[in-house]
Amino acid sequence: MAYKRKDLLGMKDLTKEEILYLLETAQKFTEINERDVKKVPTLKGKTVINLFFEPSTRTRTSFEIAGKRLSADTINFTASSSSTTKGETLIDTVKNMEAMKSDIFVVRHSYSGAVKYIAEHTDAKIINAGDGLNEHPTQALLDMLTIRQSKGRLEGIEVAIIGDITHSRVARSDVWAMTKLGVNVRLFGPTTMIPKHSQVFGCRVCKSMNEAVEGADVIIMLRIQRERQGKLLIPSTKEYAKYFGLTKDKLALAKPDALVMHPGPINRGVELMSNVADGDNSGVLKQVTNGVAVRMAALYILGIGNNKGGIDENAS
Amino acid sequence: MSAKEIMNKEEMARTLNRMVFQILEAIKSEDGFCLVGIRRGGAVLAKRMADILAKEGKKDIKIGYLDITLYRDDLTSIHDYPVLQSTEIDFDITGRNIVLVDDVIYTGRTTRAALDALIDYGRPKKILLAAFIDRGHRELPIQPDFTGRTVPTSRSEIVDVQLEEQAGCDCILINKKA
Repeated sequence: MAYKRKDLLGMKDLTKEEILYLLETAQKFTEINERDVKKVPTLKGKTVINLFFEPSTRTRTSFEIAGKRLSADTINFTASSSSTTKGETLIDTVKNMEAMKSDIFVVRHSYSGAVKYIAEHTDAKIINAGDGLNEHPTQALLDMLTIRQSKGRLEGIEVAIIGDITHSRVARSDVWAMTKLGVNVRLFGPTTMIPKHSQVFGCRVCKSMNEAVEGADVIIMLRIQRERQGKLLIPSTKEYAKYFGLTKDKLALAKPDALVMHPGPINRGVELMSNVADGDNSGVLKQVTNGVAVRMAALYILGIGNNKGGIDENAS
Repeated sequence: MSAKEIMNKEEMARTLNRMVFQILEAIKSEDGFCLVGIRRGGAVLAKRMADILAKEGKKDIKIGYLDITLYRDDLTSIHDYPVLQSTEIDFDITGRNIVLVDDVIYTGRTTRAALDALIDYGRPKKILLAAFIDRGHRELPIQPDFTGRTVPTSRSEIVDVQLEEQAGCDCILINKKA
Protein backbone atom coordinates (compact mmCIF):
# COMPACT_ATOMS: atom_id res chain seq x y z
CA MET A 1 0.00 0.00 0.00
CA ALA A 2 1.35 3.39 -0.87
CA TYR A 3 0.53 6.82 -2.15
CA LYS A 4 3.32 8.15 -4.31
CA ARG A 5 1.70 11.28 -5.71
CA LYS A 6 2.82 14.79 -4.84
CA ASP A 7 -0.71 16.10 -4.43
CA LEU A 8 -4.24 15.12 -3.54
CA LEU A 9 -6.32 16.77 -6.24
CA GLY A 10 -9.30 14.53 -6.77
CA MET A 11 -10.80 11.10 -6.59
CA LYS A 12 -11.14 10.67 -10.33
CA ASP A 13 -7.43 9.99 -10.88
CA LEU A 14 -6.83 7.78 -7.86
CA THR A 15 -6.76 4.00 -7.91
CA LYS A 16 -8.86 1.86 -5.62
CA GLU A 17 -5.72 0.96 -3.64
CA GLU A 18 -4.76 4.57 -3.11
CA ILE A 19 -8.24 5.43 -1.87
CA LEU A 20 -8.21 2.44 0.50
CA TYR A 21 -4.78 3.44 1.82
CA LEU A 22 -6.10 6.94 2.58
CA LEU A 23 -9.14 5.45 4.32
CA GLU A 24 -7.09 2.98 6.39
CA THR A 25 -4.74 5.73 7.49
CA ALA A 26 -7.66 8.03 8.37
CA GLN A 27 -9.27 5.27 10.43
CA LYS A 28 -6.05 5.01 12.49
CA PHE A 29 -6.07 8.76 13.09
CA THR A 30 -9.59 8.70 14.56
CA GLU A 31 -8.05 7.33 17.77
CA ILE A 32 -5.83 10.39 18.27
CA ASN A 33 -8.88 12.66 18.24
CA GLU A 34 -10.33 10.73 21.19
CA ARG A 35 -7.29 11.24 23.42
CA ASP A 36 -6.82 13.81 26.15
CA VAL A 37 -3.66 15.01 24.47
CA LYS A 38 -4.82 15.34 20.87
CA LYS A 39 -1.42 15.92 19.36
CA VAL A 40 1.37 13.88 17.82
CA PRO A 41 4.76 15.29 16.80
CA THR A 42 4.71 13.85 13.28
CA LEU A 43 4.77 17.01 11.16
CA LYS A 44 6.77 19.17 13.54
CA GLY A 45 8.55 21.86 11.57
CA LYS A 46 6.35 21.59 8.49
CA THR A 47 4.34 24.59 7.39
CA VAL A 48 0.81 24.13 6.08
CA ILE A 49 -0.91 27.09 4.46
CA ASN A 50 -4.67 27.12 4.02
CA LEU A 51 -5.20 29.09 0.83
CA PHE A 52 -8.91 29.75 0.67
CA PHE A 53 -10.07 31.83 -2.26
CA GLU A 54 -13.66 31.00 -1.37
CA PRO A 55 -15.37 31.27 2.01
CA SER A 56 -15.41 28.19 4.21
CA THR A 57 -15.75 27.57 7.91
CA ARG A 58 -15.99 23.85 8.38
CA THR A 59 -13.40 22.66 5.89
CA ARG A 60 -10.87 25.35 6.79
CA THR A 61 -11.25 24.78 10.52
CA SER A 62 -11.06 21.04 9.98
CA PHE A 63 -7.79 21.35 8.04
CA GLU A 64 -6.44 23.78 10.60
CA ILE A 65 -7.21 21.43 13.49
CA ALA A 66 -5.81 18.48 11.53
CA GLY A 67 -2.55 20.31 10.88
CA LYS A 68 -2.21 21.41 14.48
CA ARG A 69 -2.86 17.91 15.83
CA LEU A 70 0.05 16.74 13.70
CA SER A 71 2.21 19.57 15.13
CA ALA A 72 2.50 21.37 11.79
CA ASP A 73 2.44 25.15 11.76
CA THR A 74 -0.87 26.03 10.15
CA ILE A 75 -1.46 29.43 8.63
CA ASN A 76 -4.75 30.66 7.22
CA PHE A 77 -4.96 32.84 4.20
CA THR A 78 -8.27 34.24 3.06
CA ALA A 79 -8.60 35.90 -0.29
CA SER A 80 -10.73 38.82 0.84
CA SER A 81 -7.97 40.21 3.05
CA SER A 82 -5.10 39.58 0.70
CA SER A 83 -3.15 40.88 -2.23
CA THR A 84 -5.54 39.00 -4.52
CA THR A 85 -7.87 41.95 -4.13
CA LYS A 86 -4.98 44.19 -5.19
CA GLY A 87 -4.71 42.35 -8.49
CA GLU A 88 -1.99 39.78 -7.86
CA THR A 89 -2.27 36.72 -10.06
CA LEU A 90 -3.01 33.30 -8.62
CA ILE A 91 0.41 31.88 -9.42
CA ASP A 92 2.19 34.94 -8.01
CA THR A 93 0.32 34.54 -4.75
CA VAL A 94 1.28 30.88 -4.58
CA LYS A 95 4.90 31.52 -5.56
CA ASN A 96 5.20 34.10 -2.81
CA MET A 97 3.84 31.71 -0.22
CA GLU A 98 6.18 29.03 -1.52
CA ALA A 99 9.13 31.41 -1.24
CA MET A 100 8.44 31.52 2.48
CA LYS A 101 9.32 27.81 2.46
CA SER A 102 5.90 26.31 2.94
CA ASP A 103 5.50 22.58 2.58
CA ILE A 104 1.82 21.97 1.96
CA PHE A 105 -0.93 24.16 0.52
CA VAL A 106 -4.55 23.38 1.16
CA VAL A 107 -6.39 25.18 -1.61
CA ARG A 108 -10.02 26.06 -2.23
CA HIS A 109 -10.97 28.03 -5.30
CA SER A 110 -14.21 28.84 -7.08
CA TYR A 111 -12.86 27.85 -10.51
CA SER A 112 -12.80 24.20 -11.49
CA GLY A 113 -9.24 23.19 -12.27
CA ALA A 114 -7.63 26.10 -10.44
CA VAL A 115 -6.15 23.78 -7.82
CA LYS A 116 -4.63 21.48 -10.43
CA TYR A 117 -3.20 24.54 -12.16
CA ILE A 118 -1.54 25.61 -8.93
CA ALA A 119 -0.21 22.08 -8.33
CA GLU A 120 1.48 22.14 -11.72
CA HIS A 121 3.23 25.39 -10.95
CA THR A 122 4.68 24.68 -7.53
CA ASP A 123 6.92 22.13 -5.86
CA ALA A 124 4.91 22.37 -2.67
CA LYS A 125 2.35 19.66 -2.02
CA ILE A 126 -1.24 20.58 -2.79
CA ILE A 127 -4.44 19.31 -1.24
CA ASN A 128 -7.65 20.23 -3.00
CA ALA A 129 -10.18 21.56 -0.50
CA GLY A 130 -12.76 22.11 -3.22
CA ASP A 131 -12.40 23.59 -6.70
CA GLY A 132 -15.47 25.04 -8.40
CA LEU A 133 -17.80 22.30 -9.57
CA ASN A 134 -15.00 19.79 -9.97
CA GLU A 135 -13.92 17.91 -6.84
CA HIS A 136 -13.76 17.96 -3.08
CA PRO A 137 -11.69 14.83 -2.37
CA THR A 138 -11.44 14.99 1.43
CA GLN A 139 -15.25 15.24 1.63
CA ALA A 140 -15.57 12.03 -0.40
CA LEU A 141 -13.06 10.33 1.88
CA LEU A 142 -14.84 11.37 5.06
CA ASP A 143 -18.16 10.29 3.55
CA MET A 144 -16.75 6.85 2.78
CA LEU A 145 -15.09 6.57 6.18
CA THR A 146 -18.40 7.38 7.87
CA ILE A 147 -20.24 4.84 5.72
CA ARG A 148 -17.65 2.16 6.38
CA GLN A 149 -17.76 2.72 10.14
CA SER A 150 -21.55 2.54 10.11
CA LYS A 151 -22.03 -0.36 7.68
CA GLY A 152 -18.77 -2.24 8.15
CA ARG A 153 -18.03 -2.27 4.43
CA LEU A 154 -18.38 -0.29 1.22
CA GLU A 155 -18.82 -2.95 -1.42
CA GLY A 156 -22.45 -3.48 -2.39
CA ILE A 157 -23.75 -0.61 -0.28
CA GLU A 158 -26.67 1.31 -1.83
CA VAL A 159 -26.02 5.04 -1.70
CA ALA A 160 -28.49 7.69 -2.90
CA ILE A 161 -27.13 11.16 -3.62
CA ILE A 162 -29.96 13.65 -3.82
CA GLY A 163 -29.96 17.32 -4.78
CA ASP A 164 -28.06 19.61 -7.11
CA ILE A 165 -25.79 17.03 -8.73
CA THR A 166 -24.69 19.34 -11.55
CA HIS A 167 -23.22 22.00 -9.31
CA SER A 168 -21.89 19.73 -6.57
CA ARG A 169 -18.20 18.95 -6.32
CA VAL A 170 -19.08 16.73 -3.37
CA ALA A 171 -21.31 14.60 -5.58
CA ARG A 172 -18.58 14.30 -8.21
CA SER A 173 -15.87 13.24 -5.77
CA ASP A 174 -18.28 10.84 -4.07
CA VAL A 175 -19.33 9.25 -7.33
CA TRP A 176 -15.78 8.85 -8.69
CA ALA A 177 -14.51 7.31 -5.48
CA MET A 178 -17.50 5.20 -4.49
CA THR A 179 -17.98 3.55 -7.86
CA LYS A 180 -14.31 2.48 -7.75
CA LEU A 181 -14.90 0.81 -4.41
CA GLY A 182 -17.96 -1.11 -5.52
CA VAL A 183 -20.61 1.11 -3.97
CA ASN A 184 -23.88 1.25 -5.92
CA VAL A 185 -24.66 4.94 -6.35
CA ARG A 186 -27.97 6.36 -7.53
CA LEU A 187 -28.60 10.02 -8.23
CA PHE A 188 -31.72 12.13 -7.97
CA GLY A 189 -32.60 15.79 -8.19
CA PRO A 190 -34.62 18.29 -10.20
CA THR A 191 -33.99 17.74 -13.91
CA THR A 192 -32.39 21.18 -14.04
CA MET A 193 -29.83 19.93 -11.54
CA ILE A 194 -28.96 16.58 -13.12
CA PRO A 195 -25.99 16.74 -15.52
CA LYS A 196 -26.90 16.35 -19.20
CA HIS A 197 -24.41 13.55 -19.64
CA SER A 198 -24.91 11.73 -16.38
CA GLN A 199 -24.13 8.35 -17.97
CA VAL A 200 -20.38 9.03 -17.61
CA PHE A 201 -20.79 8.58 -13.88
CA GLY A 202 -22.04 5.05 -14.45
CA CYS A 203 -24.82 5.31 -11.91
CA ARG A 204 -28.58 5.08 -11.98
CA VAL A 205 -30.49 8.33 -12.26
CA CYS A 206 -33.82 8.05 -10.46
CA LYS A 207 -37.12 9.47 -11.60
CA SER A 208 -38.70 10.16 -8.23
CA MET A 209 -37.82 10.74 -4.62
CA ASN A 210 -39.47 7.46 -3.67
CA GLU A 211 -37.40 5.55 -6.19
CA ALA A 212 -34.23 7.27 -4.99
CA VAL A 213 -34.77 6.53 -1.32
CA GLU A 214 -36.27 3.05 -1.56
CA GLY A 215 -34.00 0.41 -0.04
CA ALA A 216 -31.05 2.78 0.34
CA ASP A 217 -28.37 2.05 2.97
CA VAL A 218 -27.12 5.61 2.84
CA ILE A 219 -28.75 8.87 1.76
CA ILE A 220 -26.52 11.83 1.03
CA MET A 221 -28.51 15.05 0.80
CA LEU A 222 -26.77 17.90 -1.00
CA ARG A 223 -27.12 21.52 -0.10
CA ILE A 224 -29.17 23.76 -2.34
CA GLN A 225 -26.68 26.50 -3.03
CA ARG A 226 -29.02 29.42 -2.66
CA GLU A 227 -26.22 31.93 -3.17
CA ARG A 228 -25.32 30.37 -6.49
CA GLN A 229 -27.57 28.61 -8.93
CA GLY A 230 -30.41 27.71 -6.59
CA LYS A 231 -32.61 30.62 -7.48
CA LEU A 232 -32.51 30.07 -11.22
CA LEU A 233 -33.02 26.33 -11.30
CA ILE A 234 -35.94 25.81 -8.97
CA PRO A 235 -39.17 27.79 -8.66
CA SER A 236 -39.01 28.09 -4.87
CA THR A 237 -37.32 26.51 -1.88
CA LYS A 238 -40.76 25.54 -0.62
CA GLU A 239 -41.44 23.54 -3.73
CA TYR A 240 -37.99 22.03 -3.57
CA ALA A 241 -38.57 20.93 0.02
CA LYS A 242 -41.83 19.26 -1.02
CA TYR A 243 -40.47 17.23 -3.92
CA PHE A 244 -36.78 16.81 -3.14
CA GLY A 245 -36.44 17.31 0.62
CA LEU A 246 -35.84 14.39 2.95
CA THR A 247 -38.66 14.04 5.47
CA LYS A 248 -39.29 11.35 8.08
CA ASP A 249 -41.94 9.79 5.79
CA LYS A 250 -39.55 9.55 2.85
CA LEU A 251 -36.80 8.18 5.07
CA ALA A 252 -39.14 5.36 6.09
CA LEU A 253 -38.79 3.95 2.55
CA ALA A 254 -35.06 3.42 3.00
CA LYS A 255 -33.54 0.55 4.98
CA PRO A 256 -34.46 0.84 8.69
CA ASP A 257 -30.84 1.50 9.67
CA ALA A 258 -30.24 3.91 6.78
CA LEU A 259 -27.57 6.50 7.38
CA VAL A 260 -28.40 10.11 6.49
CA MET A 261 -25.48 12.33 5.55
CA HIS A 262 -25.06 15.92 4.44
CA PRO A 263 -21.85 17.78 3.59
CA GLY A 264 -23.11 20.91 5.36
CA PRO A 265 -24.06 23.62 5.89
CA ILE A 266 -27.63 22.33 6.11
CA ASN A 267 -30.59 24.38 4.91
CA ARG A 268 -32.98 23.11 7.54
CA GLY A 269 -36.48 22.65 6.19
CA VAL A 270 -35.29 22.77 2.57
CA GLU A 271 -33.29 19.69 1.58
CA LEU A 272 -33.24 18.18 5.06
CA MET A 273 -35.95 18.42 7.70
CA SER A 274 -34.82 19.09 11.24
CA ASN A 275 -36.30 15.90 12.66
CA VAL A 276 -34.20 13.90 10.17
CA ALA A 277 -31.03 15.97 10.57
CA ASP A 278 -31.18 15.52 14.33
CA GLY A 279 -32.74 12.04 14.24
CA ASP A 280 -31.26 8.64 15.07
CA ASN A 281 -30.28 7.95 11.47
CA SER A 282 -28.25 11.11 11.10
CA GLY A 283 -24.51 10.76 10.60
CA VAL A 284 -23.98 14.46 9.97
CA LEU A 285 -21.88 15.22 13.04
CA LYS A 286 -20.00 11.93 12.73
CA GLN A 287 -18.99 13.16 9.27
CA VAL A 288 -17.54 16.31 10.77
CA THR A 289 -15.62 14.30 13.38
CA ASN A 290 -14.25 12.00 10.69
CA GLY A 291 -13.32 15.02 8.59
CA VAL A 292 -10.49 15.85 10.97
CA ALA A 293 -9.08 12.31 10.82
CA VAL A 294 -9.29 12.26 7.02
CA ARG A 295 -7.47 15.58 6.73
CA MET A 296 -4.83 14.40 9.18
CA ALA A 297 -4.31 11.35 6.99
CA ALA A 298 -3.98 13.50 3.86
CA LEU A 299 -1.53 15.91 5.50
CA TYR A 300 0.44 13.02 7.01
CA ILE A 301 0.74 11.08 3.77
CA LEU A 302 1.78 14.09 1.71
CA GLY A 303 3.81 15.65 4.52
CA ILE A 304 6.12 12.72 5.17
CA GLY A 305 6.26 11.68 1.55
CA ASN A 306 9.60 11.91 -0.13
CA ASN A 307 10.61 10.80 -3.56
CA LYS A 308 14.24 10.29 -2.64
CA GLY A 309 13.93 6.59 -1.95
CA GLY A 310 15.77 6.49 1.35
CA ILE A 311 16.94 3.59 3.43
CA ASP A 312 15.11 0.65 4.89
CA GLU A 313 16.40 0.50 8.43
CA ASN A 314 15.97 -2.29 10.89
CA ALA A 315 15.75 0.39 13.55
CA SER A 316 14.63 -0.97 16.89
CA MET B 1 21.32 -14.15 2.16
CA SER B 2 22.46 -16.54 4.86
CA ALA B 3 20.26 -16.94 7.90
CA LYS B 4 21.49 -18.27 11.21
CA GLU B 5 19.04 -19.40 13.84
CA ILE B 6 20.04 -18.17 17.29
CA MET B 7 16.95 -19.18 19.26
CA ASN B 8 14.29 -21.80 18.72
CA LYS B 9 10.75 -22.09 20.00
CA GLU B 10 11.63 -23.76 23.33
CA GLU B 11 14.46 -21.35 24.10
CA MET B 12 12.21 -18.41 23.36
CA ALA B 13 9.46 -19.73 25.63
CA ARG B 14 11.94 -20.29 28.48
CA THR B 15 13.46 -16.84 28.10
CA LEU B 16 10.09 -15.11 28.05
CA ASN B 17 9.06 -17.05 31.16
CA ARG B 18 12.20 -15.96 32.93
CA MET B 19 11.59 -12.32 31.97
CA VAL B 20 8.08 -12.46 33.40
CA PHE B 21 9.38 -13.72 36.73
CA GLN B 22 12.11 -11.09 36.78
CA ILE B 23 9.44 -8.43 36.29
CA LEU B 24 7.34 -9.93 39.10
CA GLU B 25 10.40 -9.93 41.34
CA ALA B 26 11.35 -6.35 40.54
CA ILE B 27 7.95 -4.76 41.03
CA LYS B 28 6.34 -4.99 44.45
CA SER B 29 3.10 -6.86 44.09
CA GLU B 30 1.00 -4.28 45.92
CA ASP B 31 2.03 -1.63 43.37
CA GLY B 32 1.00 -3.70 40.38
CA PHE B 33 1.93 -2.97 36.80
CA CYS B 34 0.59 -2.80 33.27
CA LEU B 35 2.12 -4.15 30.08
CA VAL B 36 2.40 -2.01 26.98
CA GLY B 37 3.68 -3.73 23.85
CA ILE B 38 5.21 -1.82 20.98
CA ARG B 39 3.72 -2.86 17.67
CA ARG B 40 4.20 -5.16 16.07
CA GLY B 41 6.62 -7.66 17.67
CA GLY B 42 6.49 -6.20 21.16
CA ALA B 43 2.72 -6.30 21.13
CA VAL B 44 2.72 -10.06 20.53
CA LEU B 45 5.30 -10.64 23.27
CA ALA B 46 3.35 -8.46 25.72
CA LYS B 47 0.24 -10.56 25.02
CA ARG B 48 2.21 -13.75 25.72
CA MET B 49 3.57 -12.26 28.94
CA ALA B 50 0.01 -11.50 30.02
CA ASP B 51 -0.92 -15.13 29.27
CA ILE B 52 1.99 -16.40 31.39
CA LEU B 53 0.94 -14.04 34.21
CA ALA B 54 -2.65 -15.29 33.94
CA LYS B 55 -1.40 -18.86 34.46
CA GLU B 56 0.42 -17.62 37.57
CA GLY B 57 -2.87 -16.36 38.92
CA LYS B 58 -2.40 -12.75 37.92
CA LYS B 59 -5.37 -12.43 35.62
CA ASP B 60 -6.02 -8.73 36.03
CA ILE B 61 -2.82 -7.37 34.48
CA LYS B 62 -3.87 -4.62 32.09
CA ILE B 63 -2.33 -4.68 28.64
CA GLY B 64 -2.09 -2.04 25.97
CA TYR B 65 -0.59 -1.74 22.51
CA LEU B 66 1.36 1.18 21.20
CA ASP B 67 2.05 2.20 17.61
CA ILE B 68 4.98 4.59 17.49
CA THR B 69 5.00 5.40 13.76
CA LEU B 70 3.83 8.98 14.28
CA TYR B 71 6.57 9.59 16.84
CA ARG B 72 9.52 8.35 14.81
CA ASP B 73 12.41 10.72 14.13
CA ASP B 74 13.16 9.18 10.75
CA LEU B 75 9.75 9.35 9.08
CA THR B 76 10.96 11.36 6.12
CA SER B 77 14.01 9.18 5.47
CA ILE B 78 12.55 5.70 5.61
CA HIS B 79 12.08 3.68 2.53
CA ASP B 80 8.38 3.32 1.97
CA TYR B 81 5.21 4.64 3.46
CA PRO B 82 4.92 3.19 6.91
CA VAL B 83 1.62 1.52 7.60
CA LEU B 84 -0.04 2.92 10.68
CA GLN B 85 -1.12 0.37 13.26
CA SER B 86 -3.63 1.23 15.89
CA THR B 87 -2.76 2.25 19.42
CA GLU B 88 -4.99 0.61 22.00
CA ILE B 89 -4.51 1.73 25.56
CA ASP B 90 -7.95 1.69 27.12
CA PHE B 91 -6.89 2.39 30.70
CA ASP B 92 -5.48 5.46 32.40
CA ILE B 93 -1.72 5.08 32.69
CA THR B 94 -1.32 7.97 35.14
CA GLY B 95 0.22 6.84 38.42
CA ARG B 96 0.82 3.27 37.24
CA ASN B 97 3.95 1.21 36.72
CA ILE B 98 4.29 0.52 33.03
CA VAL B 99 6.42 -2.25 31.55
CA LEU B 100 7.17 -1.34 27.97
CA VAL B 101 7.77 -4.44 25.84
CA ASP B 102 9.71 -4.57 22.59
CA ASP B 103 11.13 -7.47 20.64
CA VAL B 104 14.50 -5.99 19.70
CA ILE B 105 16.40 -3.03 21.10
CA TYR B 106 18.98 -1.63 18.72
CA THR B 107 19.61 2.11 18.36
CA GLY B 108 17.16 2.97 21.14
CA ARG B 109 15.23 5.33 18.88
CA THR B 110 12.09 3.22 18.91
CA THR B 111 12.15 3.28 22.71
CA ARG B 112 12.62 7.05 22.68
CA ALA B 113 9.59 7.39 20.40
CA ALA B 114 7.59 5.00 22.58
CA LEU B 115 8.38 7.01 25.70
CA ASP B 116 7.15 10.18 24.01
CA ALA B 117 4.02 8.44 22.78
CA LEU B 118 3.30 6.95 26.20
CA ILE B 119 3.70 10.26 27.99
CA ASP B 120 1.08 11.81 25.68
CA TYR B 121 -1.40 9.42 27.34
CA GLY B 122 -0.68 10.42 30.90
CA ARG B 123 1.98 10.49 33.59
CA PRO B 124 2.97 6.98 34.64
CA LYS B 125 4.56 6.46 38.04
CA LYS B 126 7.41 4.57 36.45
CA ILE B 127 8.25 3.15 33.04
CA LEU B 128 10.39 0.01 32.78
CA LEU B 129 11.71 -1.45 29.57
CA ALA B 130 11.68 -5.14 28.69
CA ALA B 131 13.53 -6.04 25.49
CA PHE B 132 13.57 -9.61 24.27
CA ILE B 133 16.76 -9.21 22.23
CA ASP B 134 19.42 -6.59 22.90
CA ARG B 135 21.64 -6.36 19.86
CA GLY B 136 23.74 -3.37 20.95
CA HIS B 137 24.70 -0.30 18.88
CA ARG B 138 22.75 2.18 20.98
CA GLU B 139 22.57 5.74 19.69
CA LEU B 140 20.73 7.10 22.72
CA PRO B 141 21.31 6.72 26.47
CA ILE B 142 18.59 4.08 26.90
CA GLN B 143 19.04 0.63 28.49
CA PRO B 144 16.49 -2.10 29.10
CA ASP B 145 15.58 -3.09 32.65
CA PHE B 146 14.83 -6.65 31.59
CA THR B 147 16.65 -8.36 28.74
CA GLY B 148 15.82 -11.72 27.22
CA ARG B 149 19.15 -12.27 25.55
CA THR B 150 22.07 -10.06 24.60
CA VAL B 151 23.19 -10.81 21.07
CA PRO B 152 26.33 -9.13 19.75
CA THR B 153 25.72 -8.15 16.15
CA SER B 154 27.30 -6.05 13.48
CA ARG B 155 25.39 -3.22 11.85
CA SER B 156 25.29 -5.12 8.58
CA GLU B 157 23.17 -7.83 10.17
CA ILE B 158 19.41 -7.95 10.64
CA VAL B 159 17.81 -9.60 13.63
CA ASP B 160 14.62 -11.24 12.48
CA VAL B 161 12.23 -12.15 15.29
CA GLN B 162 9.65 -14.52 13.87
CA LEU B 163 6.56 -15.02 15.95
CA GLU B 164 3.88 -17.65 15.58
CA GLU B 165 1.12 -15.03 15.50
CA GLN B 166 2.68 -13.17 12.57
CA ALA B 167 5.16 -15.39 10.76
CA GLY B 168 3.67 -18.80 11.58
CA CYS B 169 6.62 -20.07 13.65
CA ASP B 170 8.71 -19.07 16.64
CA CYS B 171 12.39 -18.50 16.02
CA ILE B 172 15.02 -15.80 15.92
CA LEU B 173 17.30 -15.49 12.92
CA ILE B 174 20.28 -13.36 12.11
CA ASN B 175 20.44 -12.38 8.48
CA LYS B 176 23.23 -10.70 6.59
CA LYS B 177 21.99 -7.59 4.85
CA ALA B 178 21.67 -8.20 1.15
